[in-house]
Amino acid sequence: MIHALLLMALVATQDTSAGKQVYTKWCAGCHGDNGAGDGPAARHMIPPPRDFTGAVYQIRSTANGQLPTDADLLRSIDEGLPGTAMPGWKNRLSDRQRRDVLAYIKTFSTFFADTTQRPQVLEFGKEPGGGTGAEALRVGRQFYDSIGCRKCHGDQGRGDGPSAPTLKDDAGHPIFAANLHENWRFNGGPTTTDIYHRLRTGLDGTPMPSFSDLIDQKFLTETELWRLAEYVRSLSPGEPPVVRDVIHAPLVTRVLPRAPDDSAWNAVDTYWFPLVGQVIHKNRWFAPAVTGVWVKAVHTRDSIALRVTWDDRSASPDSAWLGHLGRVLATVQSDDSTREQPALWPDQMVVEFPVTIPTGMERPYFLMGSSSGPVYQWRWTSASRSAAVAGLARGIERFDSLPRGGVGARAVYDHGQWRVVFTRALASLDTASQLPFRSGRAIPVAFFALDGSNGEHGTRMAVSTWYFLALDEPVPARVFISPVLAMLLTLGLGMLVVWRAQQKTSYRRQQ
Amino acid sequence: MNGRILSVVGGMFLLTVCSKGDQGNAAAAPAAPPAPAAPATSDPSADGGTITGKIKFTGTAAKNPTIDMSEEAACKAKYPSPPTEEVVVAGAANALANVFVYVSAGLPANAKYQAPSTAVVLDQNGCRYHPHVLGIMVGQNLEIKNSDPLLHNIKAIAKKNRGFNVSQPNAGMTRDVTFSAPEVMVNLECNVHGWMHAYAGVRPDPFFAVSGADGSFSIKGLPPGTYTVEAWHERFGTQTATVTIAGTESKTANFTFAAH
Repeated sequence: MIHALLLMALVATQDTSAGKQVYTKWCAGCHGDNGAGDGPAARHMIPPPRDFTGAVYQIRSTANGQLPTDADLLRSIDEGLPGTAMPGWKNRLSDRQRRDVLAYIKTFSTFFADTTQRPQVLEFGKEPGGGTGAEALRVGRQFYDSIGCRKCHGDQGRGDGPSAPTLKDDAGHPIFAANLHENWRFNGGPTTTDIYHRLRTGLDGTPMPSFSDLIDQKFLTETELWRLAEYVRSLSPGEPPVVRDVIHAPLVTRVLPRAPDDSAWNAVDTYWFPLVGQVIHKNRWFAPAVTGVWVKAVHTRDSIALRVTWDDRSASPDSAWLGHLGRVLATVQSDDSTREQPALWPDQMVVEFPVTIPTGMERPYFLMGSSSGPVYQWRWTSASRSAAVAGLARGIERFDSLPRGGVGARAVYDHGQWRVVFTRALASLDTASQLPFRSGRAIPVAFFALDGSNGEHGTRMAVSTWYFLALDEPVPARVFISPVLAMLLTLGLGMLVVWRAQQKTSYRRQQ
Repeated sequence: MNGRILSVVGGMFLLTVCSKGDQGNAAAAPAAPPAPAAPATSDPSADGGTITGKIKFTGTAAKNPTIDMSEEAACKAKYPSPPTEEVVVAGAANALANVFVYVSAGLPANAKYQAPSTAVVLDQNGCRYHPHVLGIMVGQNLEIKNSDPLLHNIKAIAKKNRGFNVSQPNAGMTRDVTFSAPEVMVNLECNVHGWMHAYAGVRPDPFFAVSGADGSFSIKGLPPGTYTVEAWHERFGTQTATVTIAGTESKTANFTFAAH
């Protein structure tokens, strides 16, 4: 004990005053002055900031339950924890500052000063070859099922397994099982190697256990666990999605695909848009469950169909998630400090347009318009799955539905994912309040998503900014023919000039 | 959690401490530990004093929640009717089981006790922990085994010890763990099955017990001294009593919790 105290005193006198300065300026807002994860911003966050006093860290190269190495901690400081509020500090703080703050963070727990706690980096080995083939993925999937990953992460890996609604972190805060289709949000990194390391070490402080015992006790070989990591990696796209601002809706000659799983959608390009918490208007929301939407659009000569796909762990309302909902409301402080009672709120999706296509750069206020500048919206809720309401929003709290909205909706909920198709005629009966869709002009569009089982209703939502929708016309034939004609003409003229020049030369020679 | 437990301690409970043959010794407030008269012992003396008692509760305890095991057919099949959680396990006449009773103060400060070489076994069987509450010494092996053919993760949430969280997806898997510091209690839980909770009382000495189905407990081999005995229950909180042991006698410390 005295030993530990002496060592602590030694550590404290090293150069933690420099680290403390950095910490107070950049870290204490979330992690708290005493490192207990209780800074002023903490009460808005899920997951909450790390409590350094317990020295329990998710991202480690050491065995489950052990302390992290300095390199592990530095990695989390440098890269941040994707999918959480923790940013990377590599480009904001100097090498020296990051090392100083690392030393300071360790003083919050007595475990780091305890000489019996020696972190030891696990022997991870290297990824064996042949991991991307169909057979390797089949093997990986087999273990995904047999060792119970699906219990929390779900059959298709979207974090919607039967145990998912009950999950809590060590402090009893609600925690989501990772959506394995979004590796760019994995706390410990997106690669197969990162995933393998997390399987071996577990994510301490969370429900995710270590699977190292399976190898040590010969229930699984290292290669088999690598195959599982490769399978998990295969669920996400090769590269993280890139935002492309304009949704191109091609003209289709056949009937409009009104069903979410109509095979006609397969040939249509997908656009991804990130969503973030609504933090402008009270009550603000820093813990949105929906982090992005995948959008496809097509049109015929008279109608448009827009398919919005998003991952959502629950088809709300779902009473199985009431416990989670209660924990969310207990963890996150509302702006007016009132504690709401959990209720069975539905899921919602809002697609927003201006009332008319703007001619310049001016657009209405993206966050549901304003009293003087309304926006035109399609609102869908899981309470009435196959219907959507069209209306005008005049600010975040006022929505007036339109009597002849004419918007159709069809929805499918499938293994942690909503797919909703909105349809409407291009022309509008009421051009004063309902946008007429026209080709040739970029139409602003924005999205709002609410997960009822995560306590989202009213102003608690995930929002996007304005993007654009363009109704593409088939390219007329002259676009392709004109350049060819021009090239031929140029060539002909050129040849004529050369021929004339040659004629002149031979005439002179004859003279 | 601890705050909650401590907050309910304050005066709510009826506390009865009876000492056989010496009623005057009954005291509710813990006395200051006496100066150790005897030198440190490394083992509980075979002929030391004994503290026994019965634990009861008054009032009506909330019903234990029924466990929905429909997701786990292999566990469900082990029960003729749907099992319940074990928050309050009551015997006849409101006897209270699963109370961890231990000597929280009064032992010689320099006493060191050897952890037994036998392991305490924690079995995951039928998607429940057996036992639900256990006592273990610092450094003593806790053997965690899985008797179910399905995934359990076993997670320890601790403050003074390092926690852990390991998966056991196969029947027959075992894991040995030890604790390095005294802690009452270390919480053990399974996140796959949110109803699975167990509690481990980690002590630096062997003077602890867990009350049985009839609410009785017995702590043996205590050297002479005046001790604070604490009784911990996962829902009803903690209570303390002061017991003085003079020789090889047996003293009684009964605890009565108020249900809430």
